[in-house]
This record gives sequence, C-alpha cells and structure tokens, in this order.
Amino acid sequence: MADSDPAIVVEGLRKTYRDKQALAGLDLTVPQGTVHAVLGPNGAGKTTCVRILATLLRPDGGRAEVAGYDVLRDPDEVRYRIGLVGQHAAVDEELSGRQNLEMFGRLYHLGGRRAAARADELLERFGLEETGTKAVGRYSGGMRRRLHLAASLIMRPRILFLDEPTTGLDPRGRTEVWNAVRSLVDGGTTVLLTTQYLEEADQLADRVCVIDGGRAIADGTADQLKARLGGDRIEVVLRDAGQLPAAASVVGRATGAAEVGTDPDRRRLGARVTDRVAALTETVRALAAAGIEAEDIVLRRPTLDEVFLHLTGEPATTKTAEEETLV
Amino acid sequence: MTTATLVDSWTMTRRGLAHWARQPVQVAVQLVFPVMMLLMFAYFLGGGMTVPGGGDYKDYLVPGTFALTMVFGLEGTMLAITQDLNKGVIDRFRSMPMARSAVLVGRSVLDMLQSAFGLLVLLGVGLAMGWRWHGGFGDALLAVALLLWLRFAMLWLGIFLGMAAGRPEMVQVVQILVWPLGFLSNVFASPETMPGWLGALAVWNPMSATATAIRDLFGGPGGGGGSWAADHAQLLAVCWPLALIAVFLPVAVRRYGRLSR
Repeated sequence: MADSDPAIVVEGLRKTYRDKQALAGLDLTVPQGTVHAVLGPNGAGKTTCVRILATLLRPDGGRAEVAGYDVLRDPDEVRYRIGLVGQHAAVDEELSGRQNLEMFGRLYHLGGRRAAARADELLERFGLEETGTKAVGRYSGGMRRRLHLAASLIMRPRILFLDEPTTGLDPRGRTEVWNAVRSLVDGGTTVLLTTQYLEEADQLADRVCVIDGGRAIADGTADQLKARLGGDRIEVVLRDAGQLPAAASVVGRATGAAEVGTDPDRRRLGARVTDRVAALTETVRALAAAGIEAEDIVLRRPTLDEVFLHLTGEPATTKTAEEETLV
Repeated sequence: MTTATLVDSWTMTRRGLAHWARQPVQVAVQLVFPVMMLLMFAYFLGGGMTVPGGGDYKDYLVPGTFALTMVFGLEGTMLAITQDLNKGVIDRFRSMPMARSAVLVGRSVLDMLQSAFGLLVLLGVGLAMGWRWHGGFGDALLAVALLLWLRFAMLWLGIFLGMAAGRPEMVQVVQILVWPLGFLSNVFASPETMPGWLGALAVWNPMSATATAIRDLFGGPGGGGGSWAADHAQLLAVCWPLALIAVFLPVAVRRYGRLSR
C-alpha cells in the first residue's frame, strides 16, 4: 500500500438484519495517519460499519477495503493489520491483564517468549504493570479500557477501530483513553472512531463523518461542519429585559445579521455573524453609543451538537428548540 | 489440521487451564457434585433398591453414575459457550488472524480433560465405597472409552445448545430438563420397574445404552431385561453418540461460522 492510498475505503456498503436496515449504501474514505470520527445517533449503523471493517460481519452489498485488502476476500490479511476496541469487554475477565495480553500475542503467532515480552511492554506503556495477577473483572472502568487498547496494539496495527471507546467511563477514564489515542496518532496509526459524544469527535478527530439511517449525511473537518450552520454566534445578555427590542435592532445593524433572536426570560439576544472580531467590536461600540448596558457579551463557535442536530433532524431537546428561536 | 490450528487450539486450551487455576473452588464443586449424587444414591436410597436379576446395587449404581456424569457435563459446556459469547471475547478472537476452529477445538479438549479427570475421581470414590470391576483391565479401558465417547457427543450438543440459547440464563432451562431425561434411563433403577411405556423410553435412552454396555464390561449386574436395546448395548453405546455427533458437530460448527451473519 502506497503512502497516498487511503487506509479505509468503503463504497455503497449495505447490511440488513432480518427486517432492519442498518447500512443503506455507506461511503467513507479515511486517509492514512488520520483520525476519522463516525458520528451518529443510536441505531445509525456505526457499530455495524466497524464490525464489517473488522471482519466480524459480512456485508450484504458494497465493498470495504482495509489497509488495501478486501474484508471479504482477504480477511486474515486485514486481521493482521487492525486493532479493535469494541463497546464490550473484549478481553477475558477471569484472567489477569498480563495473561490476556500473552494469550492474544500467542494467537497472533508471536510465540511464547515474544508474546510475553510484548505484554510487558504494553503493560508498562499503559500504566498497568502494577495490576499483578488481579483478574480483569476487578479492574476499574478506565483500567479495563486501557487494557482493551493495549490488547488491540499487540501487533502495532496500522489501523485501529475504536467503537465508542469511552461510553460508560467517568471523565477521568475518558481523559485517560483520549490521551492514549492521541499518543497513538502521533505514532502514525490511522484511527476510525465511532462515538455519540460530539466532544470526543471535536477533541480527537481530524475529520468527522455524520451518519444517520445507515448513510453518510455529511463529511468534513469539525470546523467545516460547524461552518455549515452559518458561522459563529454573538450573544448579549442585558441588565434590563425591557431594552431587548432596541438592543436587537442595534446589534442587527452593527453586525449586519439578517435575524436577531431574543429570549426575554434570560434577557438575552443572539445573532449569527461572519466576521468575528468586527462583529464583537461593532456590537460593543454600538450598544455603548445607544446607552444600553450589557451584562455579558460572548462570541462562540457553534458546537458540534448543534451541527449534529441540524443535520440529523433528531428530535430536538428543549435547549435546542429555544436556540432555534434565538437565531 | 494445520500447525496454526494446533498451536491456536493449544493456546485456547491453556486459557481454560488458567481459568481452572484461578477458580479452584468452582472446579472442586464440579468434581464433588457427581460424587455427592453417587453417595446419596448408594447410602440414602440404595438400601431399598434391588437389582433385577440379583447382584450388589453398588455394582449397578456406580457405572450408572459414570454415564450420568458424562451427560451432565453438557451443562458445563453450554454454560462456558454462552458466557464466552456474551462477554465479547469471542469477537476479539474472531477479529484476530487465528485458526477459526481453535475456539471450539480448545473448548473440546478442555471439557474432555475435565470429564476424564472427573471420571477418575468418581472411579476412586467408587472403589473406596467397595465397588469393584470383575472383568479384565482391557474391558475396563474400553468402558472408559465408551463413557468419554458419550461425553464427546454431549460436548457438541452442548456447544450447539449454548450457541442456540445465546444467554447464560437459558442454561438453567437445560439444567432443569437434564434431570428428568437423566432419570428416564437405567442409571439408578431398572426400566422394568417403570410403567411400561416409560420403561421402553428409558431403555432407548442413549445414556442407558452406555450404562448397560459398561456394566457388562465391568462384569457387574447389567439388569439386562432381554430387550433388543439391552442385548445390543455395546453397539448402541457406539452408535448413539456417533449419531448425535454426526448431527450436532456440523450444525455447531456452521452456527459458529454464522456469527458473521
């Protein structure tokens, strides 16, 4: 595989379980050495996609290539080059971390001595060397997830699949996993990550593919996706709710925004802006000139949450319903 | 079988051995259970039992318990399979470039080892109770082979049932059903003492065939009864497990392959 070839190519991938269509013609291309997040609501087809790429599941149609090998024609070639961290505890809970890593090493045909040496290396690298002979079943959630990562890295895979790697972890465990993933990416590993957490995609991914109903509905960098919502937002909170209508027209003129939303309960108004700095300075100046006192003025990028809801049309939460009226 | 298959199967067997080393109590309980059954039947109920055609009840009971223990091994196999499937560790195995068959071969070796060891313990307890085999050593070995052959059939039935059930809770259903099926045999009492149609079913139970065959081989009272099945017990003790294996080994293997559907 040349350096310029993509690590993962998915074309028109389809999969139906009994009566439920999980993938309806998914397309996805992941360049080498990048982190690609697959983002989607529950049941969007994320796990199905990863399971097909990891050779656990046969697709009904379409094509999937991993590290230059077809997942159906050369599954073992694919298996030597991938690591998989699934949602569930894909290690033996009754054995210790070391026993697990040695067993997997042997199953990769490293032989006993090399499997043991590799287990030592990985335990040290993931800070698990002190766990001794304790069974994995008694590990904390974060430790367990680090062991999953370690088990996936025995063969130094070129491509790593992380299927919701931090689901169910506390913030500390999540940070541990994120740091581990970042250090891998620095080493040139390609990572395909599925997640429901937009923050995770924002933190880790070079590109984000949003899927819904088994299809990709958007693909791009987090910034590109955010830009789809029409740029940043300026939000102003006033001391006096009575001044909202006057303030709205002042801000509208100052920023050139087509529409300014207001929320009297929170004494707040908000508008989409294109030029961040100009919008901020103009707003501050114009409000002062009009004698309107602001309690707070913030400029913020749209969150991936907003992008996600905008794209998937998921039943909006009360928060987003309110924000729609604000815009 | 390629080298990789052998190596991987051995790795999977070692995995099970490591489980045993970590759970000595559980292993001990599994060994003690058939011993308990044997002692209960010998000393709580044995006094009231008569062997058809005469003879010591212990000579009738001990080989029967051997056969029953082989059949009860089914539960252990089924439980291990459902647990593995539900823990997702099989997913990791399947995402690795290891021999596809190693998981099932490893399970087979392990369960057969466990049953052989359990049989050894049970033989020891039987001897301590005063049971003796009256035939030759070769016959005794043949009897042990027939018992393990029955266990091998139960192994593949267990793997199939485990995969069909999917969840460990379903094992309880089988655990309950195994009792009436186990007792509907000549393991503890002669089918002649049962109501006619039940007795006929009991005679044809695969376990009865093995029990009768090994009683003959051990030279104890067979409780013959003169039915065709009893007269051809050795043949049936070979054919019944063979038939079960012929059905359930391929379906179990196919079902394992179909995890990717």
